[in-house]
Amino acid sequence: MEFSELIKTATVENVLLSCAGLPAVKGTLCITSHHLLLSSCPGGDGQAGTVELWLLIRNVDAVEKRLANSSGTITLRCKDLKVLQLEIPGMEECLNIASSIEVRFWVGSEPGPSHARVQRLAGESGRLQWLEAPPILWGSPSSGCPPSLAPQAMLRSSQPLTGPNRKRCREDETLLGTVLDEGERGFIIDTRSAQAAKQARMTGGGTEPKSSYPQWRRLHRPLERGRPLQESFIKLVDACNDTAINMDRWLNRLESCRWLSHVKAALSTACLAAQCMDREEANVLVHGAEGTDTTLLVTALAQVILDPSCRTLVGFQGLLEREWIEAGHPFHLRCARSAYSHARLKQEAPLFLLFLDCVWQLSRQFPFSLEFSECLLLTLFDNAYASAYGTFLCNNEKERCLCKVKENTHSLWAWLNQPGERKKYLNPLYLPNALVIWPSVEPQSIQLWQGLFFRWIRSSQYLDEAWAEIQRKVGSGLVQQINKKHQNWVCVCHLENNDWLLRFQPVQGQT
Amino acid sequence: ILHHHIAAVEKLPLTTSGCPLVIQCKNFRIVHFVVPRERDCHDIYNSLLQLSRTAKYEELYAFSYNPKQNESEQVKGWQLIDLAEEYKRMGVPNSNWQLSDANRDYKICETYPKELYVPRTASKPIIVGSSKFRSKGRFPVLSYYHKNKEAAICRCSQPLSGFSARCLEDEHMLQAISKANPSNRYMYVMDTRPKLNAMANRAAGKGYENEDNYSNIRFQFVGIENIHVMRSSLQKLLEVSGTKGLSVNDFLSGLENSGWLRHIKAVLDAAVFLVKAIAVESASVLVHCSDGWDRTSQVCSLGALLLDSYYRTIRGFMVLIEKDWISFGHKFSDRCCQLDGDPKEISPVFTQFLESVWNLTEQFPQAFEYNEAFLLQIHEHVHSCQFGNFLGNCQKEREELKLKEKTYSLWPFLLDEQKRYQNPLYNPDFSPELTLLEPNTVSFNFKFWRNMYHQFDRSMHPRQSVFNLIMNMSEQNKQLEQDIKELEAKIKQRNGQSDAFSVKEHQQPAHPAPLALKTPPCFKKEQPLIPVNDAVRTIEGSNAADNRYSEFVSEFSKAEPAVVSLEYGVARMTC
Repeated sequence: MEFSELIKTATVENVLLSCAGLPAVKGTLCITSHHLLLSSCPGGDGQAGTVELWLLIRNVDAVEKRLANSSGTITLRCKDLKVLQLEIPGMEECLNIASSIEVRFWVGSEPGPSHARVQRLAGESGRLQWLEAPPILWGSPSSGCPPSLAPQAMLRSSQPLTGPNRKRCREDETLLGTVLDEGERGFIIDTRSAQAAKQARMTGGGTEPKSSYPQWRRLHRPLERGRPLQESFIKLVDACNDTAINMDRWLNRLESCRWLSHVKAALSTACLAAQCMDREEANVLVHGAEGTDTTLLVTALAQVILDPSCRTLVGFQGLLEREWIEAGHPFHLRCARSAYSHARLKQEAPLFLLFLDCVWQLSRQFPFSLEFSECLLLTLFDNAYASAYGTFLCNNEKERCLCKVKENTHSLWAWLNQPGERKKYLNPLYLPNALVIWPSVEPQSIQLWQGLFFRWIRSSQYLDEAWAEIQRKVGSGLVQQINKKHQNWVCVCHLENNDWLLRFQPVQGQT
Repeated sequence: ILHHHIAAVEKLPLTTSGCPLVIQCKNFRIVHFVVPRERDCHDIYNSLLQLSRTAKYEELYAFSYNPKQNESEQVKGWQLIDLAEEYKRMGVPNSNWQLSDANRDYKICETYPKELYVPRTASKPIIVGSSKFRSKGRFPVLSYYHKNKEAAICRCSQPLSGFSARCLEDEHMLQAISKANPSNRYMYVMDTRPKLNAMANRAAGKGYENEDNYSNIRFQFVGIENIHVMRSSLQKLLEVSGTKGLSVNDFLSGLENSGWLRHIKAVLDAAVFLVKAIAVESASVLVHCSDGWDRTSQVCSLGALLLDSYYRTIRGFMVLIEKDWISFGHKFSDRCCQLDGDPKEISPVFTQFLESVWNLTEQFPQAFEYNEAFLLQIHEHVHSCQFGNFLGNCQKEREELKLKEKTYSLWPFLLDEQKRYQNPLYNPDFSPELTLLEPNTVSFNFKFWRNMYHQFDRSMHPRQSVFNLIMNMSEQNKQLEQDIKELEAKIKQRNGQSDAFSVKEHQQPAHPAPLALKTPPCFKKEQPLIPVNDAVRTIEGSNAADNRYSEFVSEFSKAEPAVVSLEYGVARMTC
C-alpha cells in the first residue's frame, strides 16, 4: 500500500502551530508521505518572510488530540523531545490529520523485513558468530605508547555459552589465549553483575570460568540496560518538562530517575577498561550478554578516552560506524520509541543516547580536546531516532544488506561532511591533545545535559549568543597561531557573512 | 591557610602512620594532615584552636597586614568607593528624595550609616517616630532609586506592631515613600520572612504591617528562611560535599535534603518579585525582614543588580556590596565569626548572595563584567580579615575601630588585578544602562556551585578552562592589533622613503604564500595555547588513580608513590 493512500486530508489552511519558547505561527498544513509541513501564510502576521516547519513523521513519538466545538488541537510529541501543538479548524480535518500521522507512523515503525530471522540466527550461533567474524581488535594509540611495548588490544564479544553444565569451548579458549603472551594477564570486563552473569547460565549463557581462562581476570561492572534504562529516560524527560515543580521535587525526581547514575556508571566502566590498557598495559575483553549494547557503550567510550584520533570529527564518525553500526547495535529496536511514547515498551533502550551523554560529559571536562561540538551530538541523537538518512537504519549489517540500505538511502556522514554543513559541528576551541583524557566521575562533576534535555523547554538565547561570541573570539585566535608559525607574515582575520577570511601580509621589516 | 580562615580543627584517632589532623576552612577547603608524633599533633591542634579564635578586633590580621602602601595610597584606597557619588548616579537627591542628617551621630539608629536618603516629605519627627516603631530603630530609608521609573527600593526592619499597636509616624513615613513616586501611588511592602515566622514575632511585640492601617500598600510575604535554617542547611550541604566517593544518588538526595538550592531559589525569586513591581508597575517597594540586615540586604542588592547594569560591572559590584551590605549594617563580624562569639550568629547569608549572583552569571554569560573568580575572591576576603572592609558589624563600630587609618581597603587591590576577574565574554552593549535582567528561576536552572564548595578539589574541575583560553586570546589579539597598526605605519613611512623598496615589496608575496598554504598552520601547532602555569584548572589527562574508577586499584601493580597527593582537596602528608 502506498503511503499516500493513507493520507485522508492532505492540506488544511489556517492551522496555528505553537511550540514552547517560540511565537505561534499560522499557516497551511500539508501532509506528505514522509513529512508534515507547515508554511506560514504569506502576508500574514509577520512580513519578514515565511516560516516553514518540516517535520519527519517518523520523528513523532506520540500524538494526542483534543476536540472542542468546531476545531481540534493535536499535540505532537517528537522523538527529539520537541513538543508541537497544532490547532486545526474543523473537527473532521483534525481527526483526519491525526489519523494520517498515526497510521503513517505505525507503518513506518514496522520492523525490517527479515528482522525475526536475523535475530534467531544470531541467537543460535551465539558467540560462534564472533569467531567467524574477524576478531575485533583495536590497538592502543601508537603515539601513546613506546614502540618497544607490544600494543594492547581491546576486544569485544558476547557472553560465552557455558550454560548450566559449564560447557567449555577449546576454540574459544585458544582464541583468547592467543591474545596473551605467556605470563601476561588480561582483563575481562563483564557489564553484568556477577549474579546476573551466573543466572545467565540457566538460559545457556554465562561467563568465562577462571579455570578455563587462567590468564584472564574477570571484573563485573553492572550497567543498566533494556527497560530500566528506557524508563529512566522517560522519567527524566518527564521531570524536565515539568517546569512548575519546586526545587525539592526536582532534585528528587532527578535522583529517582537515576539517569546521572547511569552516566557515571558508564563513564567509570569505560575508564576502568581504559585504565587496564593504559596503566596496566593489559589486553581487555569487554562483554555483557549479547555484546550489542552495554559492551559497545564501554568499548566506544574507552576509545574516545584513550585515542585522540577518535576525538576528531572524522575519527568520531569512524568510531560510530565501527563500534555501533557495524558492531550491530540494534538501532531499529532500541530507538523505535523515544521518551514520550505511551506504547508498551518492547526492546527500546537509549543506550546510544547514554553514550552521547557520556561524550558530552567528556566535552565539558575537556572542552578543547574534542574536534566536534555539542551540535554534532544533538544531530546524532535526532538521526538515531528519526532520520532522512540510512545510516542508523536496521539492526545490523546483515539486515542492512538485505534491505539494500546502501543502495537505497543516503549516508548521514556524507551530508555532515559537506564543507558548508561541516563547520556547524566543529568545536572552535579544538586543540589536538595526544594524551589520554581521564574524566572525573565524581557526582559533582557529572552534569545534566541541558542542551539536550532542555533544548525545547527553555530559551537558550543568551547561552547561544555567548557561544557565538566564543567562536568569534577564538576565530581571531587562529590568527595568532598562524602568526607564530610564519613570523615574516602578518595574518589578519575578518568575519564576513559568517565566514572567516584570512589575509596575509608580509612583515615589512623583514622583506 | 590564614588562621582566620579556619572554621574547625579536628583531631582523629591515632593511626599507625601518625595522628590525623583535619582542618576545615571557611572557604570550604578541607585539609588532612598526618602528624607522625601525637604530642606534636596535640600542640598544633591547641595552637590552631587558639589562633583561629580571636577575641579582639585589634588582633585580626587586617591590623598587622602591611601591603607596603604609603599613607596617601591608603587614604585613596578607602576613597575609591564613594556612596554619595553612587546616590548621585542613581539620581538622588532630587525633588522627591533628600539626604537626611537625622542619623548624624548614629543617634537614631546605631547600625545604619550616617548618610541616609528619605522622602522630602518625611520630616524629622516622622523619622524619629518611625524609628521608634521599628526593630533596632531601622526605619524605612532609600536603598535604590530607579531614575526612569521614579520608583524606589526602600529598606527597614520589622514594625513593633505586636497584635494591634499602631504608629502614626510610621504610617506617615510609608505614605511619604509612596507619594515620592509620581508614577504609582501604590507601594509594595515585602516581608521577606515566611508568614509563620512573622506571625510568631507578633507575640514578642514585633510583627508586620497591617494593611488596614497603612494607605495604599500591598503587603506580601516571600518566605526566605532565617539565619538558623540557612546555617544548618549549609552544614548539611558541607556534610554531603565533604563525603568522599559518593554515588550520584547519595549526592542528589543529600543536595535535596540540605535544602540549599531551595533557599537560593527563594532569595532569587524574592528579588524577581521586587524587580517586577518596579519594572512593570513602576511601584516603589519597601523590603524588610526581622532586623533588616540579612534577607533584606540579599533581596535589595539582588533587585538592584537585576535592574541596573552598573552593578554588573566590577566597580559597580563593589559599590553594591559597600552600599547594601557594609554600610547598611549586615553583621559581617557575627555572621562570619570574625571574633570568637556566639556560634548561633553565624550564617552564610552573604555566601548565598554571591551564589545567587553566580547563578545569574551562568544564565547571562555576557551580562557581567566580572567572572566567577571575582565572586570567589570576595568570598575569600570576607572571611580572611586581611582587609578592613568587612570587619565589624556596622559603620559606627568601624569608625570606632579607626579602620580607615589602621587597615587597608580590599577594593583597590581587586581593581589592580582586575584582569583576572574580567569576564572575557562581557558585552557592555548587551545591557545598556538600566537594562533589566529577567532570570528564569525554574528549579533546573539552579546548579550546585562546584567551584565554590570544591574550589580546592582539583580533580573535580574541568581539565581545561575555556575562560582562560579566551582571556589569553583576547589579550593576544589586542597585542596583534597593535602590531598591525605599527606595521601599517611603517609601510606608510617606507613607501614615502623610496620607490625601489616598494617594488620589492610588491614582488614579495608571490613566494611565501604557497608556503603558508602547504603547512596548514592551525592544526599543527608547536606550542599549546593553554596557559601552562595555570595548573589549577588545566590539567590535561590527570592521574587516573585520582579518579578512583575502580576499587581494584590496589590490585593493580603500580601504586603511585605520592608524598602529598591532592585528592578531593585532601592533602595527605605521608612522609
